[in-house]
Amino acid sequence: MAISKDEVRKVARLARLGLTEDELESMAGHMESILEFVAKLSEADTEGVEPTAHVLDLTAELRPDEPHLDGNATEIMKSAPDAGFGFFKVPKVIGGEEI
Amino acid sequence: MNIPALAREIADQVRSGILKASDVTEYYLDKTEKLNPAINAFITIDREGALDRAREIDSMVERGEDPGPLAGVPVGIKDNIATHALRTTCGSRMLEDWVPPYDAHVVRRLRQSGAVIMGKLNMDEFAMGGSGETSFFGPTRNPHSLEHVPGGSSSGSAAAVAAGMVPLALGTDTGGSIRQPAAYTGITGMKPTYGRVSRFGLVAFASSLDQIGPMALDAQDAALLLSVIAGHDDYDSTSIRDSALIYPIDIKEKLRIGIARNMLDSIEHSGVRASMDRAISFFEEHDYEIHDITLPHSEYGVAVYHILATSEASSNLARYDGIKYGHRAKDFSDLQDMYLRTRDEGFGMEVKRRIMLGTYALSAGYYDAYYTRAQKVRTLIRQDFAQAFEKVDVIIAPMTPTPAFRLGELADDPISMYLMDSFAVQANMAGLPALSVPAGYDGSLPVGLQILAPQMKDEYALRVAMDFQEAGQWHHRVPVEVLP
Repeated sequence: MAISKDEVRKVARLARLGLTEDELESMAGHMESILEFVAKLSEADTEGVEPTAHVLDLTAELRPDEPHLDGNATEIMKSAPDAGFGFFKVPKVIGGEEI
Repeated sequence: MNIPALAREIADQVRSGILKASDVTEYYLDKTEKLNPAINAFITIDREGALDRAREIDSMVERGEDPGPLAGVPVGIKDNIATHALRTTCGSRMLEDWVPPYDAHVVRRLRQSGAVIMGKLNMDEFAMGGSGETSFFGPTRNPHSLEHVPGGSSSGSAAAVAAGMVPLALGTDTGGSIRQPAAYTGITGMKPTYGRVSRFGLVAFASSLDQIGPMALDAQDAALLLSVIAGHDDYDSTSIRDSALIYPIDIKEKLRIGIARNMLDSIEHSGVRASMDRAISFFEEHDYEIHDITLPHSEYGVAVYHILATSEASSNLARYDGIKYGHRAKDFSDLQDMYLRTRDEGFGMEVKRRIMLGTYALSAGYYDAYYTRAQKVRTLIRQDFAQAFEKVDVIIAPMTPTPAFRLGELADDPISMYLMDSFAVQANMAGLPALSVPAGYDGSLPVGLQILAPQMKDEYALRVAMDFQEAGQWHHRVPVEVLP
């Protein structure tokens, strides 16, 4: 299955990966060989077979909605690359390139 | 002073006051610091934290308190499991400087059981790889031959236990990442039943497949570590209720063994084949009831795995956006550019490949052809196991098609690397407990036997492994590269 460089470029944008032209090229080759490899799945007879999303027969449980202290906001904020006054700092969100 | 190699012996002697936890810890730290430059199993060694904890345990014993079942046992933690105030890198530049503000559930359990956390272990980046070579912190080497990989993604965990740097380690297994390196390094490694060990605090890769498990020198020690970490946790919505595991394992009934014939017949490597034949003879000679079984859809396992694991990964790794934690690019023009550069700089090539494939498989127009179809074949694989387990209690199969390969040997051939997991991914597809136990050597390189059991019958696999390891005594062989 052939994948064009433009298609790879589009997927890279969706995944927010800034790949170089060389990387796009090698990625196309890699994706082609993997897709060729997984194509064998079409040989399996899946007529009437239910998809498996999860292997356990668990139903979601609700816990009582009670307030409790958990974690330490100051310590958590220390992990942020850029923060101040208890907020995460980000580049300007409005404007810029459409994606 | 004679410091034992086995965790249960260390714990017994520390609890009874024969050994001091601080002496045990000092011994293992010294050994690790001596061996690590050659093997590169540890990313972070926490000498100070480990010795502080060991001294606390010694004072508990002096006061007549019981520190717990892992009293004074040094444990290494794979670096994708969060440890409070101890750097957790996931083998990636993306998390190179991340210091978690909390402990994973399994780490909390370890601390409560008297274990001494010695440090964080090397791994393939974001657990994506089967050789340890994708780590941002450099490859780990196999203690049985430094030219060979230790397997992956729990590369550091396997190498550290095999080299005697720690008696126990935690690994994680999404498609064989505990069991394949255990086989390559001659140790015992187990992926428990999906949901038996909490994933709270584990960096998510493929959430429907990921599971934390024990890596140890033998099956008893693996069972001991599993008994400490297994059990329900409110903080993991996929955690099974009443899932504790009692140590020591007490299974009296005679277990019936299924031989995964189609997997065994596909083995081409003579050394692996010889070990498998010898293993089957062992079970025949020891009066096990043996049945041949087939798992007809197992040939699709690796393909299903790669669609599902990459899809889940592309979604899970979306969180690395340079805002809340982890790497952020220094130079960028705007928000979008910051995302693109941060992720380009932070992730290595194998991680990018998998994010790309997963994004593609989930994108409009391809979803049904790839993702839904893979989920359906996953159902067929589960049904194969359900049928097999109607007449047997455990299944034995090869762990890997060959012993460890050389560093760099498969670097340019990702698909051959993925195919090394052909026998391993099956257990993750069906949520089954499965382990690798040492089953022989091909020259200096270990070979592993895989034992699989039905969900929540982890004890069956461990029981059979305990019987089996006594016959060959392969688990007692010390790797040549670390002989004194």
